[in-house]
This record gives sequence, C-alpha cells and structure tokens, in this order.
Amino acid sequence: MSLETADNQKDLGSSVGLVKPQKVVIEQPLKLACGVTLPSHTLAYETYGALNKDNSNAILICHALSGNHHAAGFYEGDAKPGWWDQYIGPGKPIDSNRFFIVCVNNIGSCFGSTGPTSDNPETGQPFGADFPPLRARDWVESQRLLMEYLNINCWAAVVGGSLGGMQAMRWSLEHPEKLQHAVVIASAMKLTAQNIAFNEIARKAIKSDADFCDGNYLQQNKVPHRGLALARMIGHVTYLSDELMGQKFGRDLKAGDLLQGKTEPVEFQIESYLNYQGDKFSDFFDANSYILITKMLDYFDLAREYDHDPIAAFKQATCKFLVISFSSDWRFSPARSVEITDALIAAGKDVSYIAIDSDHGHDAFLLPNQRYEQALGSYLNKLAEKIEAGQ
Amino acid sequence: MNHNIDFIEQWIEPGSRVLDVGCGDGALLASLRDQRKVLGYGLEIDPKSISRCLEKGVNVIEQDLNKGLKNFADQSFDTVLMTHTLQALRYPHLVLDEILRIGGKGIVTFPNFGNWRTRAYLGFRGRMPVTKQLAYQWYDTPNIHFFTYADFEALCKQRNINILHRQFLAHGLPDTLLKSVWPNLFTETAVYHLSR
Repeated sequence: MSLETADNQKDLGSSVGLVKPQKVVIEQPLKLACGVTLPSHTLAYETYGALNKDNSNAILICHALSGNHHAAGFYEGDAKPGWWDQYIGPGKPIDSNRFFIVCVNNIGSCFGSTGPTSDNPETGQPFGADFPPLRARDWVESQRLLMEYLNINCWAAVVGGSLGGMQAMRWSLEHPEKLQHAVVIASAMKLTAQNIAFNEIARKAIKSDADFCDGNYLQQNKVPHRGLALARMIGHVTYLSDELMGQKFGRDLKAGDLLQGKTEPVEFQIESYLNYQGDKFSDFFDANSYILITKMLDYFDLAREYDHDPIAAFKQATCKFLVISFSSDWRFSPARSVEITDALIAAGKDVSYIAIDSDHGHDAFLLPNQRYEQALGSYLNKLAEKIEAGQ
Repeated sequence: MNHNIDFIEQWIEPGSRVLDVGCGDGALLASLRDQRKVLGYGLEIDPKSISRCLEKGVNVIEQDLNKGLKNFADQSFDTVLMTHTLQALRYPHLVLDEILRIGGKGIVTFPNFGNWRTRAYLGFRGRMPVTKQLAYQWYDTPNIHFFTYADFEALCKQRNINILHRQFLAHGLPDTLLKSVWPNLFTETAVYHLSR
C-alpha cells in the first residue's frame, strides 16, 4: 500500500500510474499469411485512459522487435515504467486524458501472447522453432481481432515506431476504413540489404550457441543466453549513433590501464555497457521470438503485391499520415521516411513529415526529445479536438 | 508588412492539388483547404512554423528548399505557390524553373525592392534598408537577393515564363493610389501568377 502511494506521488499528473496487464483468448481462428491457421490465440495487452461514448477515441500502439504491451505506467513494485512512458500519459503527446490507448503484445513475441514459448496444443510441448513464420499483416489481423473484442470500429490512430510503423502502414492498406490516422515513426517500406545483413548476423549468433539445440532448447531446459546476448549487442550498436557512443563512452576505461608496462586486461566502458545490455536482454527475451520477428522485419515489403509501386500501394489508404524520422538514425534512415512521404504525396494522401534532429540513432523514437514530443503532441491534439467536437 | 493575398484563391481551381513552397505557419494552405477544398501540402524548414502547421491540421513536409525539389514529379501539382521566399533562396531562377516543372501554374510573391522607402533609405541614409517588410540587418538576414518587380519580369522573359496575372500591393495613402501610376516606386509586395 505504501508502495502504491509512493508510485502515485512520484508520477502525479504525468504518468498513467499503476497498470495491470490483461489477457484475452481470441477464439476465432487466425489464418496466417504462411497458410497455417491458429485455431485460437492469447493476447496480452494493456489499456490506458477511457473509451468515449461512441468508441471513437481509441489509439493502437504497435510495438517493435523487442517491445511488448507494457508501454506506459508502472507495474506494482517496479521502478521502471513501460517502454513508451515518455510519450503516453496524462498531458503527454499520446494523452491518456483524451484517448483510449491500447497496446498489445503481438503473437510470436514472448511476453504472454501466443508465441514460440507457448505450448503447441497438438504436441503439448512448446512451439519453439516450429512456431509458424509470421508477417506484419498477421500482427495486424490479430490486432483487428482484439479491436473487435474491445468493440472498437475504427482507430482514431494507429501509432508505431520502427516495425511498429510498418504495422501502421500495413493497417492503412489492409483495413483502410478502420483507422483515421497512421503515425509512422523511424520506419521504412522495406528493409535495406544492410539491415537484413545485421538481422542475419544476429540470427546466426543465436543459432551458433550450442544451447540453442536447433530451437528446441526449452524442451531440454536450456537457454541460448550467449547467442541471444550477442545478437542483442549487434542490434544495440546499430540502434545508436557513432556520435552518441562517442559522447557517452568515448574511449573511457572501465578497468585496466593503457600505459605501457601494464599487463592487466583493459576493459573499455563501451564493452562493459554492451555486455551488460546483451546479458540483461537474454534474461527476458526468447531466442526463437528474436529469430521469428527479425525474419518478419526482413520479409516486410509494403508494396510487393502492388507491383512494387508504393504509390499504387498507398492509393488503397484513406487515412491521414504523420511520418517522423531522426537525423542520426542509420538503421531506418530519414531517406526511408522521405520515400514513404513522397509516395503518400504522389498517391494524393494527406501527410505531414517531420525530420527531428537527434544524436540518439534509431533509439531516438523512444527517448525524450522536445521537438518530437511537441510535433506528435500537436498532431494528436488536433485529432483529439476533432473527436471531442464530434467531427 | 503582411498583405492580404486572399485574392489568389480565385487563381486556384477548387479541389485542385496545391504545393506551397515555404508555407510558413500554414495559414494560406488552411484557408485554401477550407475555402477551395484543395489538397494542399506545405514545405517548410522552420520548426516553429512546422508546429503551427500541425496545430492547424495542415499537411506540412519538412524539407530544405535549397537542396532542391527533385522528389516532386513533373506536373504533379496544379499550382505551386511561393510566398515571400524567392529572395531567401540561393538560386531563385532555378527554383522558378522547378516551380513550373512541378506545377501547371505558379504563384509567386516577393518584396519589391524598388519601393520608394527602400530607395530613400539607401539613397539618403546610404545604409541598407531596414523596413517593416525587410526587417533585418544586412549581416543577419534570410533575404539574400534584392530585386524589383522589373528585374523579376526581365527574368521571366529571359526564361520564357508567361505572366498570367500580376497584382501590386501597397498600404496606406498615397501609396495605394500611386502604385498604379508608378508601380515600381509604390509597390511593396508583388504577386505573380505564372505558367510556362
């Protein structure tokens, strides 16, 4: 009780406060893009704020590769809030006083929704490496089933960064009548060869770990910690910028001395940091999920079935778009966002594009940035005003 | 001095596609959207102006005009607008070409440096003019080209640009009366409707 009071006081006025995850078993069959049908699936999700009386103020938050449904607020006893707490809450850009905000852990991930760590009903064993391959459209379809369950006919906005932005774009093509706005942050219509290369190195790192056991590590009570940690370290480097790493770590030493005549081993701060990040990640993320979702990223190609013409693809959309990029993001560079924006303009869709100056690389979409907060806030404030005026 | 240029709405077809190059706070685009139902986009580089556009629900694209407009296809807009920006660009003549490559028609406004106030300022004080319309010191100004409407028309002729309409704007008396007699002396802002 005292803890709850402390948490509430700490974040008075800016946090959604204590939150509890919810779970729903979607009993409708979900036919995946690969042809396999999941007869039912479980979704873990969280909601913040209240649905208005005509159910028109709902915003869907789409998470990225390693994200989950805990986007904002605190779990009881936790000191750290959800992954997008900076942007979701009362008076924040995605304002829980005005919107009903839904964030779902997507299938194939490992935070409570059906995925490789869930039991395969056919075998009674975890799916492991046998979990069917997924596409972003499968996530969208599963999110649509949750939307039905929540009695929402049309999202006021679908919002996401990175792979989350890919889902928002896919929503706009697959179910144009079911969203009014798509907010696409630090994203791309398809990965570059360099991006796929980084993902493959990460997958190879996982598979090279003897404890991976061809993906059936859970059955053998093993976890490929080293492989997954290495995969994360590679990914992590690509989410930061050279400039930021220089500022944050430089060549600072954690241990040892570079003077001649010293024999003790030297450890740079960046080494220590990366090892820590990798180890921490391997404690809570599932290796099969990492492989599955990085492949989903690689396979994503928004315009593939539109003859590789993004303009033809976006002609399907009826919603309005906000596209945001970050100057030092080299994994999903501003050029990718410009491609999205140009295709939207050529397709005659309403779009705004904001290029945020930031040193934080791809990770910038998760971090505090006054201009980013202001731009997203202004855009969604205009939307909230329209909803509140009943337009 | 900001002149009302609402009259340019008559030059823009209802429901047409409009690109406002250097759209500022998006007021003109918001008005064109509401009055003429245009599908409009504004290009802007200033963060504060971009925020104002977002607040109005105007489509705004963050883009540096000095890096070109190559991302826009030939004749992809009915009208390309540029208000009070030409004098601030590195190569105004190339931007004019771009405007008429992207748009079927162009609308351009700029401060007329031939106005008597700027002439008097330079002529009598011997200093570069700092007026309401050109409110910057010479060393710290976005306005890097100074030209009169006559210079502009000479450029149009040289580059085979047709002038469909032009309007000369001034404020106060006797300027508003005298601008029809001595346009270059009394015009503060020149507004041109162009095609190629």
